[in-house]
Amino acid sequence: MPVKGIHIEGLAKRYGSGDTAVDALKDVNMEVAAGEVVGLVGPSGSGKSTLLKALGAVIEPSAGRMTIGDTVIYDNGWKIKDLRALRRDSIGFIFQAPYLIPFLDVTDNIALLPMLAGQSNARSRELAMTLLQALDMAHRAKAMPAQLSGGEQQRVAIARALVNRPPVVLADEPTAPLDSQRALAVIRILGQMAQQYETSIIVVTHDEKIIPTFKRIYHIRDGVTYEEAGEGRAFT
Amino acid sequence: MISLAGRDILKSWSNFVFTGMGLGLLIAVTFTMAGVYRGLVDDAKALLTNSGADLWVVQKDTQGPYAESSSIYDDVYRNLLSMPGVARAANITYLTMQVLRQGKPDVRAMVVGILPDSPGEPGYLMAGRQITHSHYEAVADVATKFKLGERIQIRRNEYTVVGLTRRMVSSGGDPMVFIPLRDAQEAQFLKDNDAIVSQRHRTAANPALNRPGVPGLLDAVIESQNHNPYVNAVLVQIKPGFSPEEVAAPIQRWKHLQVFTRAQMEEILVVKLVATSAKQIGMFLVILTIVSTAIVAFIIYTMTMGKIREIAVLKLIGTRNRTIAAMIMQQAIALGIIGFVVGKIVATFWAPMFPKYVLLIPGDAARGFAVVVIICILASLLAIRAALKVDPAEAIGA
Repeated sequence: MPVKGIHIEGLAKRYGSGDTAVDALKDVNMEVAAGEVVGLVGPSGSGKSTLLKALGAVIEPSAGRMTIGDTVIYDNGWKIKDLRALRRDSIGFIFQAPYLIPFLDVTDNIALLPMLAGQSNARSRELAMTLLQALDMAHRAKAMPAQLSGGEQQRVAIARALVNRPPVVLADEPTAPLDSQRALAVIRILGQMAQQYETSIIVVTHDEKIIPTFKRIYHIRDGVTYEEAGEGRAFT
Repeated sequence: MISLAGRDILKSWSNFVFTGMGLGLLIAVTFTMAGVYRGLVDDAKALLTNSGADLWVVQKDTQGPYAESSSIYDDVYRNLLSMPGVARAANITYLTMQVLRQGKPDVRAMVVGILPDSPGEPGYLMAGRQITHSHYEAVADVATKFKLGERIQIRRNEYTVVGLTRRMVSSGGDPMVFIPLRDAQEAQFLKDNDAIVSQRHRTAANPALNRPGVPGLLDAVIESQNHNPYVNAVLVQIKPGFSPEEVAAPIQRWKHLQVFTRAQMEEILVVKLVATSAKQIGMFLVILTIVSTAIVAFIIYTMTMGKIREIAVLKLIGTRNRTIAAMIMQQAIALGIIGFVVGKIVATFWAPMFPKYVLLIPGDAARGFAVVVIICILASLLAIRAALKVDPAEAIGA
């Protein structure tokens, strides 16, 4: 049976060299199972963004090993040639702000990803509609991003991150612009989607109101991760 | 696949269209400049065509009568009529001057002295009739804005406009006014009364011309001074079966005159006479092309820089570089197409308002379209370069 989830071992990232070298990540170890949502918490400058970029394959780590399912992504060097395709097919992104493409309607914002992966327009829009229905957003399918509320935009961003059924979703402070009620709703949706799509979701946050919702939390401090059991309120 | 460029344009179509219209006005100026050059060339060709001549016989060692001044005796045409291959020959004079009108602004025109029913006469009339009297009648190009029956003044004489023609212009674009040859010869050399009196005194005071022993000599000399026996050229039509070159060769050899065929005259007018204007217009076209490229580049670059975050997101989610490059290039080309359409329409509307002939030809439009597309592609390269340098990490934040 294939292994699912993301596994990170001894990941490090050094900027510069010699006396001016900065170790942004020193020893990152994480394991997130398929269908699991974990929190990644840390103060400013702890290496959260660097870790997210490394996991998102937009910067190259300096050392360590990273696997998604059975596939070794990084092992002291990239093991995948087409990182763009890796990001498109295997990693979903949810940003602090939704960053929807302003000139595409809701459906096409989501359908764009399967289209980029080679799916037909009709099939891509079908996949988008399925997710919109699951997120109770089908009635806004033809709306433009500017016509949506902050919470609605974030739900569209979640749909976009999940539409290609990626094994991993990286969420960078997805609840930052939302009030408590909407923030908790977003985390609840992420939990449901993770289970439904068997996706490993890593949520970077320092939003106090959502931290208690995670079952497991990774703390990062000075480039080193520490695991901690969470309260898991939202998912119990 | 969704057309990202198309969707972006549709979302902010008004901005896009207005920007395209601005570019279109610039393109209209470019088309008009090209049309001005075409008009110059066409005027030159029309001048030759409308003269009805196969050969132009002018003063030796000159390139008259249009590019240089030329003066030959007005009886030369009789000798030419006896040359092999010559069907018809007629004197003609050209004089560019201000034609006066009563109570209205004077008009710059080329006054052409012609003989009725001879080469040089306007080929067709829009209104009125040809000149039938020996004096004081005129046929004018409609560009002079003269009316039938209107009285105009050339030098000291008044003429009645009896006919109107069109597209009869000089190589400089001045409309033509045709008058009888004798009047035109007089107009070319006519002095004012004081100058005539002064000349008579000078002649009378010259002992060589005023000999008491030769009665009538002084009167004969003065009479010869009052008559102008010169014309600028003789227009020759050749008989069927003769080539212009074989008719021209003996005239040139035996009559010691310069003869130009239609092809040679066209080269003088198109290549030499309008050469400086063509270079001037060419420089304008080059500058306008550079300015247009810079403007399109600036617009596309600014539009692209306004979408940096979206481009970063697109790259992060796996959009290929060529998809992003195509989006930017398609927008640049769309902008160019809008500009081309607007430019073509505007140029077509304002071209007739120009005082000189502006000729917009489909070939120039086709070439213009190709240039616009190339400019837009080149102009988009800067923005594409900037877009491709965008780090997808920018979407994730600091």
